[in-house]
Amino acid sequence: MEPLFAILVGLFFSAAIYLLLSKFSIRIMLGIAILGNAVNLLLFTAGRLTREVPPIIPAGLDALPAGAANPLPQALILTAIVISFSFLAFLLVLTYRAYQDIGTDNTDEMRVAEPDDPPLPPVGY
Amino acid sequence: MAAPIGTDLSAAFLTAPVPPSNWLVILPVVHCIVLGALMLMLRAHVRLHALIAVLGLAALVLVDAVLLKRVIDDGPVTMVMGRWLPPFGIAFTVDLFGALMALAAAIAALVSSLYALTDIDAGGRRFGFFPFLMLLMAGVSGVFLTGDIFNLYVWFEVLLISSFGLLILGSEREQIDGAMKYAVLNLIGTTLFLIAVGYLYAIFGTLNMADIALKAAGLRDTAPLMTLAALFLFAFAMKAAAFPVNFWLPASYHTPRIVVSALFAGLLTKVGIYALIRVVVMLLPVEREALSLMIALVGAATVLMGALGALAQTDIRRMLGYVVISGIGNMLAGIAIGTPGGVSGSVFYALHSVMLMMALYLLAGQAARLGGSFQLSALGGLYRECGWFAAVSLILFLAACGLPPFSGFWPKVILVKAALDIGAWWLAAALLAGGFLTTICFGRVFLLAYWRPAPAPVEAVAIGWQSALPLLALTALVTGFGIAPEPLLSLVQAAAGSLADPGAYIHSVFPEGAAQ
Repeated sequence: MEPLFAILVGLFFSAAIYLLLSKFSIRIMLGIAILGNAVNLLLFTAGRLTREVPPIIPAGLDALPAGAANPLPQALILTAIVISFSFLAFLLVLTYRAYQDIGTDNTDEMRVAEPDDPPLPPVGY
Repeated sequence: MAAPIGTDLSAAFLTAPVPPSNWLVILPVVHCIVLGALMLMLRAHVRLHALIAVLGLAALVLVDAVLLKRVIDDGPVTMVMGRWLPPFGIAFTVDLFGALMALAAAIAALVSSLYALTDIDAGGRRFGFFPFLMLLMAGVSGVFLTGDIFNLYVWFEVLLISSFGLLILGSEREQIDGAMKYAVLNLIGTTLFLIAVGYLYAIFGTLNMADIALKAAGLRDTAPLMTLAALFLFAFAMKAAAFPVNFWLPASYHTPRIVVSALFAGLLTKVGIYALIRVVVMLLPVEREALSLMIALVGAATVLMGALGALAQTDIRRMLGYVVISGIGNMLAGIAIGTPGGVSGSVFYALHSVMLMMALYLLAGQAARLGGSFQLSALGGLYRECGWFAAVSLILFLAACGLPPFSGFWPKVILVKAALDIGAWWLAAALLAGGFLTTICFGRVFLLAYWRPAPAPVEAVAIGWQSALPLLALTALVTGFGIAPEPLLSLVQAAAGSLADPGAYIHSVFPEGAAQ
């Protein structure tokens, strides 16, 4: 199953990078959303994939049975999902505000902070 | 990792309660989060925020100082969470390097909270400047004190989201534009970090830094540690704004309130350098050795590009953004050299840079208040306007250029000597050339903004104690460590020594080679 997941993660990454390279901020946001999911899948694959034994300790035992799924990556992914989701929400609002205030979603034209023709430094006095 | 059934699991549990003095390790983080939450509860009384923040950050400085004292006396200190011993549970481990950085960050935050008394108006306070500041400090302290690499990622995110809040505090067009670039690129940087953590977990099956340091030697022949080191290097270089991936910094650092810029310049890039030193110097030293030529090239390019970029600017704040980048190049050079001398140079430079970059931004804010503009073409006559301010500026400028007798001189000497010791004369030359270009750059600022008569008359503004005190305090630190560097130097060398040989760090996490 790992090779399959590896290919899937690769597909996610390529789609994310393609979108991140776009000029338009909304596509960049979509790219970031896909990138976050690609990383989550990567973490998941990194922690060994099994489908038979859930990571639950049966009654009367004090350790996981052999071949159980690894619970740690799931905890890591849960944290990463929460964080990336909150960031995405913030970024979407920021993108919308930027579109409202600057009047464009083309990053080439977002040059308020770095104007195209800043005043030249003085050469003498 | 799964123990066979019937095994004695007591080795994985903490049986004795944590000694009260060990709570000191997590106190800086808890303290900041609690005060931040308290301020959010008091959001109807914004007048109280400033008082709580200043007193709270003064307490934080005290806690970090006690922690540093403890680490100097007893070596690294570890505290584990939830009774699980490492490597199963999460550990907070602080060594000399972490404690020094935490103390420097706390001092910087205290100073910025004083300056914010005048710089942040009622609107900024209502939008939550002080709560964000406390949460930022929780994130920064967490990064410096944690002993678990996934935890490091989480604290990075905590400080990142607080920094987003601080960055757009005024909701001006410029700030939103700058925040777009800052937010997207920093988020990609932390995502890369998360990818590296995923691979790290796949290879080592553990996230505890001491455990990784133990296991790295055994796995070196079979595991793709080189890929891992390169990925960490890329992610942290992006956070620290090293040469090819640095252009988000000058695009965004000049847009927020000046005290926010000062905080960012003082703390955030240094957090990236801290993580880089922790991971590539302490955990993956062999891979660092193999990558050292590339790190050195990146460092040299960062120094020169930063200094040249600073020379080309006419806005003082943007110029300082490039000066921050140039400083990062110096620290990277130390990491590339990698000998205890080089690493101690990097650590010293990082501590110096926290204070200095903070002071320079506050200085720029004050200059703009006196002269009415951030543009070099419009500023003038500051020397005549306020004599002591010009003197303070000159001291800080000399420190930034790495000229004696101020604090910038010593790390530069250490780095250049370390570079020459390993025969990297070109790296030493790049560092010196960077210092020379920075000197020209600040010389030009002093010439145009201080000596030149004011192009247009501006009304005189008195400097309040809220702005004067932070500037004078930082200048005193910069001068003090320039004139009497020996105490700090010996600490920094001890910190670099313990990074090169993390035996004490590992011993602190696994007192008797506990459960594996």
